[in-house]
Amino acid sequence: MTYQKRSKEQLAIRVAQDIGEGNIVNLGIGMPTLVANHIPADLEVVLHSENGILGMGPAPAPGLEDYDLINAGKQPVSLLKGGSYFHHADSFAMMRGGHLDICVLGAFQVSATGDLANWHTGAPGAIPAVGGAMDLAIGARQTWVMMDLLTKQGQSKVVAECTYPLTGIGCVKRIYSEFATLACTPQGLVLIDLVDGLTLSELEALIGLPISPALTV
Amino acid sequence: MINKIALSVADALADTQNGATILIGGFGTSGIPIELIDGLLEQGASDLTVVNNNAGNGETGLAALLKAGRVRKIICSYPRQADSQVFDALYRSGKLELELIPQGNLSERIRAAGAGIGAFFSPTGYGTELANNTDGSAKETREINGKHYVLELPIFGDVALIKAEKGDRWGNLTYRMAARNFGPVMAAAARKTVATVHEIVALGELDPEHIITPGIFVRQVVLIDRVATQAGGTKLAA
Repeated sequence: MTYQKRSKEQLAIRVAQDIGEGNIVNLGIGMPTLVANHIPADLEVVLHSENGILGMGPAPAPGLEDYDLINAGKQPVSLLKGGSYFHHADSFAMMRGGHLDICVLGAFQVSATGDLANWHTGAPGAIPAVGGAMDLAIGARQTWVMMDLLTKQGQSKVVAECTYPLTGIGCVKRIYSEFATLACTPQGLVLIDLVDGLTLSELEALIGLPISPALTV
Repeated sequence: MINKIALSVADALADTQNGATILIGGFGTSGIPIELIDGLLEQGASDLTVVNNNAGNGETGLAALLKAGRVRKIICSYPRQADSQVFDALYRSGKLELELIPQGNLSERIRAAGAGIGAFFSPTGYGTELANNTDGSAKETREINGKHYVLELPIFGDVALIKAEKGDRWGNLTYRMAARNFGPVMAAAARKTVATVHEIVALGELDPEHIITPGIFVRQVVLIDRVATQAGGTKLAA
């Protein structure tokens, strides 16, 4: 192996590179929240939180937490100048109504055509919980998934067809992973970039699906 | 004279009926009307259907209401938490019915009830397990302008329990930060809405431009002392 996988930090930096000036962005719980640390300081990016916040800022200093001001992961956050509060129906109207530019979510599986499974393993006895995942996935103008490409057992989480219960159909536009960045299209996977030293055919072997070489994505 | 100020939580909740549907505001630590949930436990109504974003944390509040066996069914978006052990046990033993709803459909179904909307087509959940009713039958779907939608019905409450910040005797309310969450939509969707506030002000003192929930949606207002953190806001529940 002559290539180096992206670390979680490098992956967050890679996602942040594609966020632009003025974008309204929702970062899902877990790995996607790391992206906030890497948005260039000279960009004005507005973070949305499903519980009724636009212009969400970083965690306050220890001792200054305010538990009326938390993010979707229930962690204390702050509000930037220009930020606003609104009720839940308005917050989800922002998603469903196509007002968010980008949402970044984690996933159990993504299909080559952009079907997403990220809310429930469907295992017997598992407690299902969906939260805002389905609204976000189909509502944002662009839904990006940020995840490890392989499970701990080495199986690809990018699949021909999701076997876990679906969150949304054809909603994922891009997959950011430790090996590569891919676009999901109705015709299947298209390469956006891959880590130095990894070849497209090696990546195809890891995923087990054909990937069209990078076009003008 | 209109006076919606209740003298106590017990007074405000005294007429709660068995079998009622109770909308309860709150998201995580913010906006949970904890004193009203405790009051409901004390009041004794049972066979309740509870609508909340979550299904209780730890052993207090909604979790205590569940543990006491007062709740027949819970309608929520996110029951599974690190400390949702009370819900988990009741659900697994089949003693508690769950209707799981995507959070945006949940808030919009509540909003629809308050707004007199008979039903609406939502794109959220189309093609997923959550486009089914709890009995497994498929909800009605429709293709509109090339996009797929699922028919969603309103969720009415007999009672809504919400937490606000300031209120007056007409029931006008303001909220604080993200504690607003489900409060305004739930207030409109129930036949009777009880709101806790941390401050009661004289009529006219709330800036009319800044009233978030007009008093028309509120039946009772109860004053609750704030246990503030250094930064203000409600202390994290113990």
